Amino acid sequence: MTPLLEIRDLRAEIAGRKILNGLDLRVDAGETHAIMGPNGAGKSTLSYVLAGKPGYEITGGEILFKGEDLLAMAPDERAAKGVFLAFQYPLEIPGVATVTFLRAALNAQRRKRGQEELSSPDLLKRVREIAKKLGIDPEMLRRPLNVGFSGGEKKRNETLQMALLEPLLCVLDETDSGLDIDALKIVANGVNALRSAERGMIVITHYQRLLDYIVPDIVHVLAAGRIVRTGGKELALELEATGYAQYQNEAA
Amino acid sequence: MNAAIRPVRTQAELGLIDVYTTSRQGLPGGSDVAAVRAAAFDHFVHSGLPHARVEAWKYTDLRRLMRDAKPLAAPPDEKAKARAQEAGGLLAGLGFRRLVIVDGAFVAELSDLAGLEAGLTVRSMAEALALDEPMLSQGLGPMVPVDDPALALNTALAGDGVVITVSAGVTIERPIHLVFVNASPVPAAMVTRSLLVIGKGARATFIETHEGRSHPDYQINTVLQLVIGDEARVDHVKVTREGSGAIHVATLLAHIGARAHFNELGFTTGGAVVRNQLFVLLSGAGTVANLRGVSLLADRQHADTTLAVDHAAPGCQSRELFKAVVDEEARSVFQGKITVRQQAQKTDAKMMTRALLLSDNAEADGKPELEIFADDVQCGHGATTGTLDDQLKFYLMARGIPEKEAEALLIQAFAAEVVEAIEHDDVREALMEAIVDWLGQRG
Repeated sequence: MTPLLEIRDLRAEIAGRKILNGLDLRVDAGETHAIMGPNGAGKSTLSYVLAGKPGYEITGGEILFKGEDLLAMAPDERAAKGVFLAFQYPLEIPGVATVTFLRAALNAQRRKRGQEELSSPDLLKRVREIAKKLGIDPEMLRRPLNVGFSGGEKKRNETLQMALLEPLLCVLDETDSGLDIDALKIVANGVNALRSAERGMIVITHYQRLLDYIVPDIVHVLAAGRIVRTGGKELALELEATGYAQYQNEAA
Repeated sequence: MNAAIRPVRTQAELGLIDVYTTSRQGLPGGSDVAAVRAAAFDHFVHSGLPHARVEAWKYTDLRRLMRDAKPLAAPPDEKAKARAQEAGGLLAGLGFRRLVIVDGAFVAELSDLAGLEAGLTVRSMAEALALDEPMLSQGLGPMVPVDDPALALNTALAGDGVVITVSAGVTIERPIHLVFVNASPVPAAMVTRSLLVIGKGARATFIETHEGRSHPDYQINTVLQLVIGDEARVDHVKVTREGSGAIHVATLLAHIGARAHFNELGFTTGGAVVRNQLFVLLSGAGTVANLRGVSLLADRQHADTTLAVDHAAPGCQSRELFKAVVDEEARSVFQGKITVRQQAQKTDAKMMTRALLLSDNAEADGKPELEIFADDVQCGHGATTGTLDDQLKFYLMARGIPEKEAEALLIQAFAAEVVEAIEHDDVREALMEAIVDWLGQRG
């Protein structure tokens, strides 16, 4: 069976600095992978390269999404194919109402997939349902996207987008950063509700804490731009106890 | 006679002298008005067309931009009037009171003069001038003291326009739409002057639209004088969508009394060269003025907004927000000056200008100035110029929104901030739509 995501020997740099140095990763549908690693290991770079952020130069390797060359696609095409990045720092967009943004995003994806656009009332209904589950005040949907939102509200908003857009691959970049424990639980519940047999998840985190709530099937250690160790969920607990020092040495 | 001052006159200046000399007999007004015109023309002859060395015209060198002087437009024929019926389409069907000015002449038969509200009067400026009323001959003079060659030229040559009065205490609910249409079949100049006098405690909304054809070229010099009484409230929106070859010079003179409320908004998308100059005198205490504008420019368009707000009385608040979206080889200019007189204590004035450049060849010039003589005031200004934020664009694209659409969303959001302030729902939505139209043409 074709894997959902297959990364082979991926090498990437930004402004001449090598960040990813031969990264291999395979994610099958239905699996949740955690990627842990020290600061500067390349965790965020991996997430941005998957989403197609400009500025990164791919110097080697390939990324296949359901067998297709992901690197050849523009960011919006990737999204329409089903790749979703939950940003570590969601951006504020003054002047664009959250609901306007959601409508534009969902309908752009639907158009690209040859599906009919969703009418405004139908969309609003769906958005309200999801918002309720995530404890998002409906009033927030009318406000400009993320403007004046707290860290927790922004992460909830990312989760809302993910639930609405129903991607096949969710990449969560440090979703726990800036969240208190209550917000973390709400976001984790939202993410867990999306786990399904056809969907894959990559949870990128520095800390084990998030993985108490989003329990992964497989845990990888990323150091100096490569996966240096892979194990089960117990690996996360081990890392919490030992830290990343040994891997930094290993990579060096 | 001015050989010592300006040895070389441009073709346009010579043309303007010729236009005045040959037309002055036919211009409306009695002897008082003629005297005001003659003085204004002398003033113009003395200064010539404004050029880059005149600080107020630093970025809009009219002497260079105006290659020739067009003859004054002939009165509109049936064909021109027919074309004018479709004008103001942006705001059509909203039930506003339309007053139509075609090729510089007020056309009563195209205007909606039926059932004028009690306390509202509407007249043609040409007719009013012919009566030589003191209000008008004085009104042509410096009610708001301004020394400006374009204004002087308008005073000298103005043919028609409208004179509107709203009596004290009267609220006119139905917006009044001044529809300026330029449909001359030959190159022409349209010089119009309008006077709006709003009595104490009165309220009214005025919308001005200016539009015309892409060919032939034409030149507009239009002046709107607003005299706003104490405690009155006036909303004024000016939409400039001239033809692609037009030179449009517009002057707003606003004289505002005490405890009044004035909302001004300029929306510019059309014209080869557009100059919107606003002279706002806050002459009474406790008045609030919100002055806003947005220009959406492409091709080789040049649009200049030059603003002078004079806080001459204590406790007034003014807010200025002027934005420009500049694409291709277009150029946007904003000059804003706030003067706070010594007696204008407790003034609260904040001015902001922002430009969004969409191409490497686009240009934005911004010159905010504060001149403060009082010591207990809150004043500030800011200016930014930038391009679309790549991070924001990536965020939108990462959610599936194509690049062009992502850009359009961000541009729309940038421009909409200005338009959102319009309180009248229909006018606001019409201009929001005009932004979307503009973005649609961008492709």
